[in-house]
Amino acid sequence: MRAVITVVGKDTVGIFAKVSTFCAERNVNILGVSQTILEDMFCMMMQVSMDDCDIPFGEFADAIKSYGLENDLVIHAMHEDIFNSMHRI
Amino acid sequence: MIDLNTADILETIHMIDEEHLDIRTITMGISLLDCADSDIDRACERIYEKIVRKAEHLVKTGEDIEREYGIPIINKRISVTPIAMLLAASGGDPVKYAKALERAAKEVGANYLGGYSALVQKGFAAGDEALIRSIPEALTVTDHVCSSVNIGSTKAGINMDAVALMGQIIRECAEKTADRECVAASKLVVFCNAVEDNPFMAGAFHGAGEADCVINVGVSGPGVVRTALAKMPDANITDIAKAVKRTAFKITRVGQLVATEASRRLDVPFGIVDLSLAPTPAVGDSVAHVLEEMGLEQCGAAGTTACLALLNDAVKKGGVMASSHVGGLSGAFIPVSEDAGMIDAAKSGCLTIEKLEAMTAVCSVGLDMIAVPGDTPADVLSGIIADEAAIGMVNSKTTAVRIIPAIGKQPGEELEYGGLFGSAPIMPVNTASPAKFIARGGRIPAPLQSLKN
Repeated sequence: MRAVITVVGKDTVGIFAKVSTFCAERNVNILGVSQTILEDMFCMMMQVSMDDCDIPFGEFADAIKSYGLENDLVIHAMHEDIFNSMHRI
Repeated sequence: MIDLNTADILETIHMIDEEHLDIRTITMGISLLDCADSDIDRACERIYEKIVRKAEHLVKTGEDIEREYGIPIINKRISVTPIAMLLAASGGDPVKYAKALERAAKEVGANYLGGYSALVQKGFAAGDEALIRSIPEALTVTDHVCSSVNIGSTKAGINMDAVALMGQIIRECAEKTADRECVAASKLVVFCNAVEDNPFMAGAFHGAGEADCVINVGVSGPGVVRTALAKMPDANITDIAKAVKRTAFKITRVGQLVATEASRRLDVPFGIVDLSLAPTPAVGDSVAHVLEEMGLEQCGAAGTTACLALLNDAVKKGGVMASSHVGGLSGAFIPVSEDAGMIDAAKSGCLTIEKLEAMTAVCSVGLDMIAVPGDTPADVLSGIIADEAAIGMVNSKTTAVRIIPAIGKQPGEELEYGGLFGSAPIMPVNTASPAKFIARGGRIPAPLQSLKN
């Protein structure tokens, strides 16, 4: 299954590294990344494959959210289908 | 990104985080027809066993979907076959059924269980009257059980004996729970044209024409609609309708996704998505505020009915294409106590019961969560029920009355429920007596369905 991870926070060095390391440590494969800076805010979307993830997706979503809070970032990990169904006919 | 648009992703997250988009309920409908027994205790045991077996994983599945998709699912509920049908076979004390339902709801962790119901639009069959008379007791000794009675329909007319009885029953419900904000009356709905697949409480029941077990989903999202309209302050009404449709489509797609996923995981057929704008008392999640965003000084002002008609129709048009099966009540809800904007408008006197009655002619569902003075006589309550049922009967739509006589309280005071039920300001009622009309009994004949003017 594919998921989308969104990361929003004040731009600092190493955000991408932190999030991608967090994913790699749990065997989550990054398929695509889009990233931009909007008025000093770092804003990133990642599309990831959860197929080989070490833990159930619900647990991963909770963990990455908490990890975000510890690092002053707002991170969401959500099943890709919610975006597909809302924005595609 | 590979194949998703960044703006779309951010829009979805914003809807959930900032605009209160949620799935209001996953409701599992369970038929209890195969639990009927001539021995009421055996029937109660069978009911308990079947509900627990079917709904064992309902709450856990809802929570799993909530976490994985990132969309809050507020309630997990159960609706069952109208209990009057089982009572017809068993006889005995109907409250035993209510207790069995309560036990089952607690066991599986459901927020509410609806179906302590009777359908008497054309008359009372075996079990119906006994069940109705037991409603005050049943709703007093249980916390999760909800009750509804259908007293009229477009095809059958209105059963005025039942209307008279329900005025008394509502008062009894309030009196029995006067020390608990008259809460029993808030768990009882009187319907005209009740639907069999409604996932919303307190009026949910699992109709006799339904499958053995189904999953129905009710969505929410007034906050999302309001935000969409706030971005177009100078748009004309055509564009406002378009924006509501577009937003309703997106909201409903999420409902469809959750319904399909819950149905797959629970291995229970998908029933319907209810296209509803269900408010909560949270600021920013109000249907009244959507109407005000369209250009009303306050909900209840002249123009309110027209704005609501537009909103209700656009929600249906947008939602219907987003789901494979639409049903339930489908439309904008206007429960006064559950909507921050309605509460303010009722408190300021801008929104009256008479205006709400007019609004119910164009929206789903009816006079909902309205508190009236505690000394309102039963026949006035029955008169309100009759008026509301007449609107439903003539317009071929569902209407309902969920009204709470606030025992010992007068206008200016309020009932405080907290949570989704919010707080209900006591609204003044016209107390000129309809007693003679109500006491006549009999039936209002079914209306003509042609010569529509």
